Amino acid sequence: MKNLTALLLLLSLSFGVAAAESVELQEANVHLSDNASLQRGAKHFVTYCLGCHSIKHIRYLRIALDTGVDQKKMLKDIAPEGASIYDQLHSAMNKHDAEKWFGTQPPDLSLIARSRGANWLYSYLKSYYIDPKSPRGVNNLIFEDTAMPNPLWQLQGEQYAEPRKTLWGEYTQLVLKEPGTLSEGEFDIFVNDLVNFLVYVSEPVQLERQRMGKYVIFFILMFLVVAYMLKKEYWKDVD
Amino acid sequence: MKRNRITECNEWILERFPLAKLWNEHMTHYYAPKNFNFWYFFGSLALLVLVNQILTGIFLTMNYKPDAKLAFDSVEYIMRDVNWGWLIRYMHSTGSSAFFIVVYLHMFRGLLYGSFKHPRELVWIFGMLLFVALMAEAFMGYLLPWGQMSYWGAQVIISLFSAIPVIGDDLSLWLRGDYVVSDATLNRFFAFHVIAVPLALVMLVFLHIVALHEVGSNNPDGIEIKDRKDPWGHPVDGIPFHPYYTVKDLVGVGVFLLFFATVIFYMPEMGGYFLEHANFIPADPMKTPEHIAPVWYFTPFYAILRAIPDKFAGVIAMGGAIVVLFLLPWLDRSPVKSIRYRGGIYKKALCLFVISFLALGYLGTQPATPTATIFARIFTTIYFGFFLLMPIYTRWEKTKPVPTRLTKAHSLEEQLHTLEEQLPALIEEITELKPVATEIGHPAFKSSAYTRRPNPAGIMNVASRLARKVKGSLD
Repeated sequence: MKNLTALLLLLSLSFGVAAAESVELQEANVHLSDNASLQRGAKHFVTYCLGCHSIKHIRYLRIALDTGVDQKKMLKDIAPEGASIYDQLHSAMNKHDAEKWFGTQPPDLSLIARSRGANWLYSYLKSYYIDPKSPRGVNNLIFEDTAMPNPLWQLQGEQYAEPRKTLWGEYTQLVLKEPGTLSEGEFDIFVNDLVNFLVYVSEPVQLERQRMGKYVIFFILMFLVVAYMLKKEYWKDVD
Repeated sequence: MKRNRITECNEWILERFPLAKLWNEHMTHYYAPKNFNFWYFFGSLALLVLVNQILTGIFLTMNYKPDAKLAFDSVEYIMRDVNWGWLIRYMHSTGSSAFFIVVYLHMFRGLLYGSFKHPRELVWIFGMLLFVALMAEAFMGYLLPWGQMSYWGAQVIISLFSAIPVIGDDLSLWLRGDYVVSDATLNRFFAFHVIAVPLALVMLVFLHIVALHEVGSNNPDGIEIKDRKDPWGHPVDGIPFHPYYTVKDLVGVGVFLLFFATVIFYMPEMGGYFLEHANFIPADPMKTPEHIAPVWYFTPFYAILRAIPDKFAGVIAMGGAIVVLFLLPWLDRSPVKSIRYRGGIYKKALCLFVISFLALGYLGTQPATPTATIFARIFTTIYFGFFLLMPIYTRWEKTKPVPTRLTKAHSLEEQLHTLEEQLPALIEEITELKPVATEIGHPAFKSSAYTRRPNPAGIMNVASRLARKVKGSLD
């Protein structure tokens, strides 16, 4: 019986993580109207990402206005020391150092959520594992040989990749061996907030355009009704 | 009428400029056939989209920087910091895809009703030149955001010119202005995109319309309304374009805007087809993306290019796929224009052509696997077969007699009305009354003892009738 449960578990996992090269992505829970999550995400971003990654296409002011934070609170709690409310989110690391240290420039994160998708980002941030063969000591299941070290390792803890075998082939499963300062559930929320924030910065206007769209479409429908009545009136004598 | 300053001013102008004459000739005294159907909206819609592109384009140019270092950032700046910049940019990007949708449907109308045939050959030629100019406009505009796809798409397409023997390499170098796509290329594409090609487009639209108004519009019956005139010299089957078709086109505009606004406000990327995901990464000459695909409107031609094993032959085939469209008026030897009175072969051939065009469009977005390439070759053969065999099958097939007067077009209300009348009988046929299996205590089924259940035999009957009707309409 025990073996059977283990087998069933493995089977279900094999669908969840998927076999072979393409790793199935985990689903991020993106809620752009959740201001608290966006604010936490902004704070996490400044604390853990801004060291290397800029978001040069947005200003602190815009984030404060869009997520409903007071401007003073924004500067005190979220923005780094000495930033102005009109500043864009620039990293302090210069290009040459970045190329020397990482072999590449860390991408600006303004649009990564848009080009890669929220689920990709979410899965990527959760898929680091210890790999002694890699120059940085860690590797990533979603993005093989990524140049980025795991910035969240203290929070998540240390994961190890373990090969698993099923009837459908082999796959790698990540197992948390050294717990971090956050529990697994807390870490999921942490990453989700961060991804939520990045999806927001990739297109800050998206909530507004959806709200506005209703009125535009309503107006066009009204226009359509008038145009249709006009057409009927003009065409009634055409046989 | 009381004379005042305004009427005096009007008269002053009218004495010196034929405004009223122009208006009458092209609007109120331009007689169009009265049976235009759905397919006849797309000409005026194309004009609407052109105006949209020009207006939004002007505002984009105010904030865009045609510089390899600044271009990408300036587009993102438009999207975030410029007031309403996002709306203008989405109107422009969605507009470009809408332009191709509208133009492809407009061209398909020509294939349906033989609008390219005598005496409208020149209208078709001007239209085809417009199509080519539009493709150039779209291709050059796509480089401007300077994303990865912009860059590598341009790189691939310009490198095609290097396949031309002898002059190829020098030609592509001359086009780029550099050994790779670079700032020089961006600057010249900007110049072409914002002034040279739009000027050509506007002039060609003018020629297209003047040529059309000289010969008059075709119609779904494909007969010349000018052949039958009333004592005052007006075509009996014609109605003045204004106000009849201006108000009718307003309805078309409303429906079009409904779709257009839905895309702009709710799905501006259209699942990565209108704005490609990889184009949100700044152009990087050192990093080739895994999969380079042009925007959806070029993919049928791109699939033809990839289907041919030899590069130069592929370029010839891709060019040929467009050149062959120019020749259409002389390839078609059928005595009738409209598909309504053509024989079954043309109908089936057109059907196959549409399928192959759509399939090629899909294959062009996908990576070229061996199976995909085989399919692309089959569909390329069908694409060219449709045109190159046309002189044979259009002469060979038996046509139906063409009426002398326009047949009446059924309006949407009439069609809905007949459907409404037939619906009860149809429901009666595909369902049957069955006694309810009584479930004691179940409140939902208590009141009636019978319920309607699908009737397999009835559904089969209706389906076979429909199939026979479809087959009949193809003969």
